[in-house]
Amino acid sequence: MKNIISNINKAFDHRIRLGIMSVLMVNDHADFKTLKELLGATDGNIASHTKALEKQKYIIVEKSFIDRKPNTRYIASDKGRKAFQEHLDALEKLLNSKNELNN
Amino acid sequence: MENEKYLKDISEIKNMMNRSSRFISLSGLSGVFAGCYAILGAIAARFIISDSIDHNYDYDATASEYINSELVQELFLIAIAVLVLAIGTAIFLTTRKAKKNELKIWDSTSKRLVINFFAPLAAGGLFCLVLLQYGIIGLIAPCLLIFYGLALIHASKYTFADLKGLGYSNLILGLLATQFIGFGLYFWAVGFGLFHIIYGIWMHNKYDRKNAE
Repeated sequence: MKNIISNINKAFDHRIRLGIMSVLMVNDHADFKTLKELLGATDGNIASHTKALEKQKYIIVEKSFIDRKPNTRYIASDKGRKAFQEHLDALEKLLNSKNELNN
Repeated sequence: MENEKYLKDISEIKNMMNRSSRFISLSGLSGVFAGCYAILGAIAARFIISDSIDHNYDYDATASEYINSELVQELFLIAIAVLVLAIGTAIFLTTRKAKKNELKIWDSTSKRLVINFFAPLAAGGLFCLVLLQYGIIGLIAPCLLIFYGLALIHASKYTFADLKGLGYSNLILGLLATQFIGFGLYFWAVGFGLFHIIYGIWMHNKYDRKNAE
């Protein structure tokens, strides 16, 4: 039981961070505006959570200019993909084991 | 308590993965309309063809005579009318559905869907024009069904996965049709007409009606 919980990743223990990783798992990349619209969060919210994920090296941040406007896009790193997959597996195991206990 | 939180997490993950990578505003009803237009088109085409056989249809016509004949032009017009009506209705109903769900109609998911659907289909359309050029008329109907099926299978990754079923049905129907040359119109009526109607009703019941309630 302890083993399972240790795989639950604290870095993903927030709705916005979970959302950002989910989006980046199935898309090659996503820009700031897309994330904001999809998750229904504020600028500051997205900025702080992407920064937290970047610090963990779970996502890669690319800054560029499109029509002279700054554009930031985010990409899930291999490390981030692996960590998120482990987090999902842990969630699944946890729910399964709890269901067994309840039955 | 914790259990509920994790369950919520998982449904949130699924929701985000779907919403960010799939276009989910595609209207089921537009499939039904497209199917009806196709069947009406097929009936109209049937009348025109039997009309022209009664009059002066020349069975030994060469390819260029086929292309330039009034018959082919009329059939072509019907096909274009069906296509424009079907796409127009689909855009109208899909826009309405997107507005109702407060989703954007033209975002990265719909762009991806359109590109991935029309790329194989355009290749198929061009290939059919080549068939027409060489006078291989009989294979045009099956060929377009096959390419349409492949386009749907390809596009299903970017919208409801259910679209794959319609794609495989059309693909198989197209392959079958290659063995019954001369009955292309009937195969079209089934593939573009009947299949669309069945699929549209199924999609409407599964997604649209539930959301409307």
